[in-house]
Amino acid sequence: MKQFLVFVRKEFYHILRDKRSMMVLLGIPIVQIVLFGFAITTEVKNSRVAIFDPSKDVYTRQITERIRANAYFDVRYILDSPDQIDQLFKKGQTDMVVVFGDNFAGQINHTGEAAIQLITDATDPNQATTMNGYVTNIIHDWQQERMQTLQVPIQIKPEIKMLYNPEMKASYNFVPGVMGMIFMLICAMMTAIAIVREKENGTMEVLLASPMRPIFIILAKAVPYLALSLVNFVSILLISVYLLDVPVAGSLGWLFVLSLLFITVALSLGLLISTIVDTQVAAMLASGMALIMPVVLLSGMIYPVENMALPLQWFSNIIPAKWYIVGVKKLMIEGLTVGSVVKEMALLSLMAAALITISLKKFKKRLE
Amino acid sequence: MSQPVIQTEQLTKRFGAFTAVDRISFQVDKGEIFGFLGANGAGKTTAMRMLCGLSKPTSGKGTVAGYNIASQSESVKRSIGYMSQKFSLYEDLKVWENIRLFAGIYGMEERLIAPKTDELLTRLGFADERNTLVKALPLGWKQKLSFSVSIFHEPRIVFLDEPTGGVDPVTRRQFWELIYDAADRGITVFVTTHYMDEAEYCNRVSIMVDGRIEALDTPGNLKQQFGAHSMDEVFLQLARKATRKAD
Repeated sequence: MKQFLVFVRKEFYHILRDKRSMMVLLGIPIVQIVLFGFAITTEVKNSRVAIFDPSKDVYTRQITERIRANAYFDVRYILDSPDQIDQLFKKGQTDMVVVFGDNFAGQINHTGEAAIQLITDATDPNQATTMNGYVTNIIHDWQQERMQTLQVPIQIKPEIKMLYNPEMKASYNFVPGVMGMIFMLICAMMTAIAIVREKENGTMEVLLASPMRPIFIILAKAVPYLALSLVNFVSILLISVYLLDVPVAGSLGWLFVLSLLFITVALSLGLLISTIVDTQVAAMLASGMALIMPVVLLSGMIYPVENMALPLQWFSNIIPAKWYIVGVKKLMIEGLTVGSVVKEMALLSLMAAALITISLKKFKKRLE
Repeated sequence: MSQPVIQTEQLTKRFGAFTAVDRISFQVDKGEIFGFLGANGAGKTTAMRMLCGLSKPTSGKGTVAGYNIASQSESVKRSIGYMSQKFSLYEDLKVWENIRLFAGIYGMEERLIAPKTDELLTRLGFADERNTLVKALPLGWKQKLSFSVSIFHEPRIVFLDEPTGGVDPVTRRQFWELIYDAADRGITVFVTTHYMDEAEYCNRVSIMVDGRIEALDTPGNLKQQFGAHSMDEVFLQLARKATRKAD
């Protein structure tokens, strides 16, 4: 045990002495969260809009003119049949379609109520929400003016339909996503690099020839990165709660347990990579390509998994971060109980157990 | 002499069909400086890894410091020191931190470490460099420090894997003085090297060719036996017989 502590202290020296890397490791999460939260808000200038107007009356024309006059929208198509709506979306030629109800003016004049449907491509949920908000405002303004001239209450109900991401779960997608990415980066990548560095420098041989058990060498390497991850866990949560108003709706304790599980998976992935490659550069490339890219692209962090081609959807199932992100969303954003993340926890535990077994076996084999 | 410190009988290591070390038998006595020579790929490193408990023999047996290298590798590791051919200290740790780390790994008692560190640094003339990061030291100093750290816990045997690679002749000379000091204190030194002038400094020398020990004796006897003027010639005569390609 004393040996182990001596060794852990050495690992901390390595990290603390490398000021630049440490700044990066502690700074990245903050920068990421702030970037995703503020900088990458989607300004919806020149959004492409199509209009389907079966009524073609004065009111619909007035509303259409207002949308056309708005700087944020570019009305490109006036559609003749509802079939075209689907086609436009499939070809990616429009971001939004505004559909007026039948006999729009007649309905308003007789019943005081009329329907408008706003269909958006919600692959980018931020943009979709913003567009809906703008158009709803335009309609609302028009409605107010009408009421003043008509002196009768009228109501237009915009019905909002988000295509491709109906549940709009993604509005705070980036917080769980960034957590998944950061833990991968710090635990997997940095652990892999730290172990491979000892191999590259020749110190691993010396350690293996010492009475220190190999398993302790590995564990001691993991401890500082575990600590760093926990610091990041706290800083990410603090920023999201106090700066971005993303509340922790569910149990903080279980969120922590889930994160620890994922961190274990990430650490064992790092260990696995370190047993395969021999240089630090290779370790960095391998973890970048094999771990971090899939997290960004396939875990649902940026692109909703439901939108992917089927083979990619299947493939996304073996990415640990996907399950972690789903779990965090449930616990943190949706405020569900731990019962709802049993599947995610079980899968992550399975992955951790499998990865640890494989990599320890591989690590031992190298010694033979 | 009492019980030999290293003893092997028919020690063999195979990797698949390839026999890296082929039935080597030799013994090394306490306080001896034993040179372990051979061309690249002759099987030196594999043999040394087996003796350090890093690799299990395929067949044959060996004892190091009285412990069986196959079944008691933990005890073997506790009784030896090891210095690898690459520089084996941590560059981003201070001199004393390196010493303390390895002392701790070898389970030395905390209260013994501090006075012994002072004593060592004074003896090496490094007292002022206590708090220097190792990467700031010149290569020769690093090498000397690295050796001193490998015997800091007073092992019975120290294994040196090409310890003087890339070091200038003057420093190499000083390095060998440290080796003699250690041997005088009763530490057995098992050293591999490519420099034949260093082979002359050893008490006894073995030369491996294609996984086998082809010659083993004092440098003087070997030269006589092969009718050579220097160890260089002895080595070349033997190495020429090798059929295995260096890797």
